Amino acid sequence: MSSIMRHSPFNMEKKDYIYGINGPVVTVKNTKSFSMMEMVYVGNQQLVGEVIGISEESTIIQVYEETTGLKPGQQVVGTGGPMKACLGPGIVDRIFDGIERPLKAIEAKSGPFIARGCSAASLDQELLWDVTVQVKQGDLLSEGQIYASCPETSIITHKCIVPPGVSGKVIKVSSNGKYKVNDAIVSLEDSKGRIHDLTLCQYWPIRIPRKIKKRLDLKIPLITGQRVIDTLFPVAKGGAAAVPGGFGTGKTMTQHQIAKWCDADIIVYIGCGERGNEMSQVVDEFEKLVDPKSGKPMTQRTVLIANTSNMPVAAREASIYTGITLAEYYRDMGYHVAIMADSTSRWAEALREISGRLEEMPAEEGFPSYLPSRLSQFYERAGRVETLGGNEGSVTIIGAVSPQGSDFSEPVTQNTKRFTRCFWALDKALAYSRHYPAINWMSSYSEYFSDLDPWFLKNVGESFVRYRKKISTILYEEDKLMEIVKLVGSDVLPDDQKLIIEVAKVIRTGFLQQNAFHKDDTFVPLEKQYKMMKVILYLYKKAKQLVSASIPISRITNSGLFEKVIKIKYDVGNEEMDKLEGYIKDIDLEIDKIIKG
Amino acid sequence: MIINYVGVSEISGSLIVLEGVKDASYDELVEVRLDSGVKRQGRIVQIDGERVVVQVFEGTSSISLSNTSVHLTGRPLELPLSSEILGRVFSGSGKPIDGLGKIFPKKKMDINGVPINPISRLYPRNYINTGISTIDTLITLIRGQKLPIFSGSGMKHNELAVQIARQAKIQGADESNFAIVFAAMGVKNDVAEYFKRKFDESGVLQRVVMFLNLSNDPIIERILTPRCALTAAEYLAFELDMHVLVIMTDMTSYAEALREFSSSKGEIPGRKGFPGYLYSDLASLYERAGMVKGKKGSVTQIPILTMPNDDITHPVPDLTGYITEGQIVLDRSLSSQGYYPPISVLPSLSRLMKDGIGEEYTRDDHSDLANQLFSSYAKVMDARALASVIGEDDLSDIDKKYMKFGKYFEKKFLNQGINENRSIEESLDLGWKLLSLLPREELSRIDDKIINQRYVEGSEEIFKQDQKINLLDENDSSEDDEDDQD
Repeated sequence: MSSIMRHSPFNMEKKDYIYGINGPVVTVKNTKSFSMMEMVYVGNQQLVGEVIGISEESTIIQVYEETTGLKPGQQVVGTGGPMKACLGPGIVDRIFDGIERPLKAIEAKSGPFIARGCSAASLDQELLWDVTVQVKQGDLLSEGQIYASCPETSIITHKCIVPPGVSGKVIKVSSNGKYKVNDAIVSLEDSKGRIHDLTLCQYWPIRIPRKIKKRLDLKIPLITGQRVIDTLFPVAKGGAAAVPGGFGTGKTMTQHQIAKWCDADIIVYIGCGERGNEMSQVVDEFEKLVDPKSGKPMTQRTVLIANTSNMPVAAREASIYTGITLAEYYRDMGYHVAIMADSTSRWAEALREISGRLEEMPAEEGFPSYLPSRLSQFYERAGRVETLGGNEGSVTIIGAVSPQGSDFSEPVTQNTKRFTRCFWALDKALAYSRHYPAINWMSSYSEYFSDLDPWFLKNVGESFVRYRKKISTILYEEDKLMEIVKLVGSDVLPDDQKLIIEVAKVIRTGFLQQNAFHKDDTFVPLEKQYKMMKVILYLYKKAKQLVSASIPISRITNSGLFEKVIKIKYDVGNEEMDKLEGYIKDIDLEIDKIIKG
Repeated sequence: MIINYVGVSEISGSLIVLEGVKDASYDELVEVRLDSGVKRQGRIVQIDGERVVVQVFEGTSSISLSNTSVHLTGRPLELPLSSEILGRVFSGSGKPIDGLGKIFPKKKMDINGVPINPISRLYPRNYINTGISTIDTLITLIRGQKLPIFSGSGMKHNELAVQIARQAKIQGADESNFAIVFAAMGVKNDVAEYFKRKFDESGVLQRVVMFLNLSNDPIIERILTPRCALTAAEYLAFELDMHVLVIMTDMTSYAEALREFSSSKGEIPGRKGFPGYLYSDLASLYERAGMVKGKKGSVTQIPILTMPNDDITHPVPDLTGYITEGQIVLDRSLSSQGYYPPISVLPSLSRLMKDGIGEEYTRDDHSDLANQLFSSYAKVMDARALASVIGEDDLSDIDKKYMKFGKYFEKKFLNQGINENRSIEESLDLGWKLLSLLPREELSRIDDKIINQRYVEGSEEIFKQDQKINLLDENDSSEDDEDDQD
C-alpha cells in the first residue's frame, strides 16, 4: 500500500451494527461512526458498501452485492475513506466489475457464478513488472511527474506518476528490474520532512475528478472511420457525445465499432447494466481483432468494466465512476482515452432505484432531482488537458442512452443533451430497414464543427468543409421533397428535384450506410471518405448540368452511374484510393455518351 | 431452537408485519401457520430492527392479528432438484401438484440464482433450426439466446411457441439431453392444458418440466414461478449437461404481479405504476439464459409477453427489449388476414444471429440475403403507404414490383402451416426466389458475385406455377383461394 494510505488521518477502523435491510439498502441506527461516502464492509460476508446518507437517527448504506441472508446485529466495518480505485499496471487488457474487482480472479475463486462476498485485489499482487526507473537520487519531483515506467501490454507503456498532492526530493531509488505493484520504487522527502514511499500503484476516490494543470481547446477530432460520424457529426478528442436509441437500433453496435476503430490510445468500455452475452462478445471479438495502428490484438489497449444487468444494482451505479477514474489515470500519463458507456440510462435507473429505496421525493418520471447534476458531473470529466506532469492527454466520453419507449423527451436523454455537444440520434425506421449505422442525419448534430474545421481543412482536404455542407444540403432538401413524395409520388416532381432524390439515395446507401461486417467498409480512412464525397458531388454536378440542358433524368439513371457510385464502398479497397480518380473519368465518359445520345 | 412468533401486528395486501423478531435474515423463508392448521410460506422482504415485513406467497386471506404463528426457517427459498423433475408438474412456488409425490432432492438450489460471471460466459454461436422460414432466415434463434415473443391477446403466440419447441433442432442435442421447462404465469387453465396436450402429442412430455401459476392462483406465487423454472433449467443445463428450452408465458402478468406486490409495500411507483426496479428484476430473470465455459448444457429462453393494447412502448415489452437479445413481434393486421405465424418482420430482430449464421453454420449467402429481404420489405411498406394515398395504379413501375414482392413475401415466405417444417436450405432458396421478383439493381445490399450465383430468373412464373400446383394439392389447406389483385 502506498504511503498516502498509511498517512491518511482516518485509518482507525470503526464498527457498528446493522439495524434494517431493504433490498440493497442497509441502515445503521444512532451512529456517528461513519462519514458520508465512506466505504464500509457489511455483515459477516464483508459485502462492500458505501454510506449514502446520514441523519440523526440513522446512517444509510448502499450495498454493492445481494443482501440475502444479512441479519440485524451483524457488523458494519468502516474503512475510513471514500471508495477508491486502485490505479497501477495491470488495468489494461483486464475485465473488472463495477467496483473494480477483477472478474478473472473472481472466476478462479468462485467458478462461473459470482459468489457473494468474494473479494479479490483489483491488481494482481504477485505479477512482476519490468520497471525502468526514470529519476535519480536528489531529483525534485512534483505531483504528476513520471518516476518510473513499465510495459503493461504490448502496446501500452505504463507510466508511474507521482500522485496528486505529493512532491519532494528523491531520497531513495530502486534499481531497474522486476517489481510487484506494492513494492516501493522511489522514496520522496517532502518539504515538511515526511517520507513518501511511491510504489507502482496509487489510490484515487472514484467520485472525484483527478487533478489537471489546465484544460486545452478541443481542436482535434476523434477519428472513428465511420463516415456518418467523421464527416457529418464529428466528435472532438476530449469531447462528449451521446448515442440515444430505442432497443434494436444499434447503440451497442455503434459503440463497438467506435471502440474497435477510433484513434484513441486506450479504450475504456463500460458495460453498465447491459447483457452478459454482449460482454462475452466484446471479449471474444476484441481478442481476435487487430489494432490497425500496432498490429496487436485489440484487447491490448482495452479496459473492460462489466456490470451486467443481473449484477447488483448499486455496483452498476459505481461502474461509471470507476470507468472514468481509470480513464483519467491513463490520461494523466499522456494518453488519449475514449470511454464507451453502455448505457447511461441503466446507470440513471440505478440512481432511481436507490433513490426510491431511500424514499426520496422523486422528480421527473421517478428519477431523483439530482439526476441532471450527476449527469453533468460525469460528462464534465471529459476533456483535453495539460496534465500535472505537463503532457497532453484527453478523455472522450461516448455515452449510450436507452430512452424508454424510444421517446427522446424522457429525462435522461434530455439532460444528456444538455451536457454533451454531439448527439447521434439512432432511428428506429432506419434500423428496421437495416440502414446501419442508424444515425438519423436530420435529428443528429455536432457542435464541434467550428472547433474542428481548421483541422479537417489542414489535414484532410481544402474542400472538406464545403463538401460536407453540400452533402447536408442535399440530404435536407431530400427530406423536404420526401414529404411531397409521400403524398403524391415521385413521378410528378420536376427533373431537378428527382435528381436530388436520386443523389440523396446515393449518399444514403453509398456513403452514410456502412457495413460493419465488410472487411474494407468497417473502417474507412478520412482520405477515402473525402474522395468518396468528391465523386458523389462530381456526379451530382455533372448530372445537374444535363438536367438543366433538358436531358431527361431517366437517361442518367439508366446509365447505371448511380449504382456504380453506390458500390464504391465495396469496390474500392482502403489501399486503392487512387482508383477513385478513375471514377471521375468514368463519370465524364458516361455523361459524354449521354449527351451524344 | 425453532422460535414461533405468535400474532401479527399489521396486514396489508399480501404482506404481514411481525414485531419483536430476533435473528431474522433478509430474504429468509418463513412458515406461517394458521390456527385452522393451514400452513403457508412466506419470505422476509424488509427488516427494521425487530420489525420484519413478510410476504405471504399464498395470500393473506383469513389471517388475523391473533390467529397466526410464524417461524423462521433460517434459509432462503430453495428448490429441491434431481433428474426426476423431468415430466413432472409443479406449482408456481415449486411444489409438486401432479399427485406423484415429493421429489427426492440430489441438490437444493436458491431460486434467486447467482449471476453468471460475464467472462465465464460462452458467446452463443450455434443456431437452432426451428423449421419456420421467417425465424430461421431473418430472426435466427441461437442456442443460449433469450428471444421473446411480443404478442397481444388473441394472437397465435402459443401455437408459435409450441411449434418452435416441437421443431427445434439444437445442434448436439438429441432425445437424451434435450429438455423443455415451461413456466405459466397467470395464464388460463386451457392455455396450460393446450401446452400439455401439444407436448404430449409430439411425445416430448417426459422431457418437460412444468411450473404452473394459473390466473386464479395467488399472485405472489407468480413472482416465484419464473425463478423456480429457471433454477430447474439451470440445474438441468449446468449440472446434467442438457440443452434446455425455457418457455415463459405471460411475462406481462408477472410484471403486474410485481407491481401489485410493490404497491402493497408502499414503494414509490415508476412508469405506469411499475416499480422503479422493474428493469433490474426482469434482467435477473432473462440474464439467466446462456452458456457457461466448461459446461456442456445451455439455457435458451423464449419468454412470451402480451403487449397491453398492442403497445410496444409499454414498460414491459420496452424493458424486455432492452435486456433480451432481440424480439419476435407479432402483428395484429397480419394475424387478422389469416397469416400464420403473423410475425411483423421489420421490428423483429435477433441480435445474436450475425455470429451464428453464414458458411460455417447455415450458408454463405444467409446474412446478405437476410439484410436484403429486410431492406426490400421496408420499401414495400413505403410503397403501400404511397398506394393508400394515390392508389396502386398510379405507382411507379418499381413500386409496383415492390408491391408484388410484398404480397408473395407474406403469402409464400411468412405464411406457413402449423405443422410445416421447412429446412434452412428451403427457406433460403425461397428468399432468393422472392428477391428475384425485383430487378438486380435494387439488390444493393448483396455483392454482385452472390447475386449472379443465386438470382433466379423468371421467379414470378415459378410462383404462379407453384400457386396452381398448390391449388391442386388438396392436402395443403393453409393455401386459401388466391385472387390476384394486380
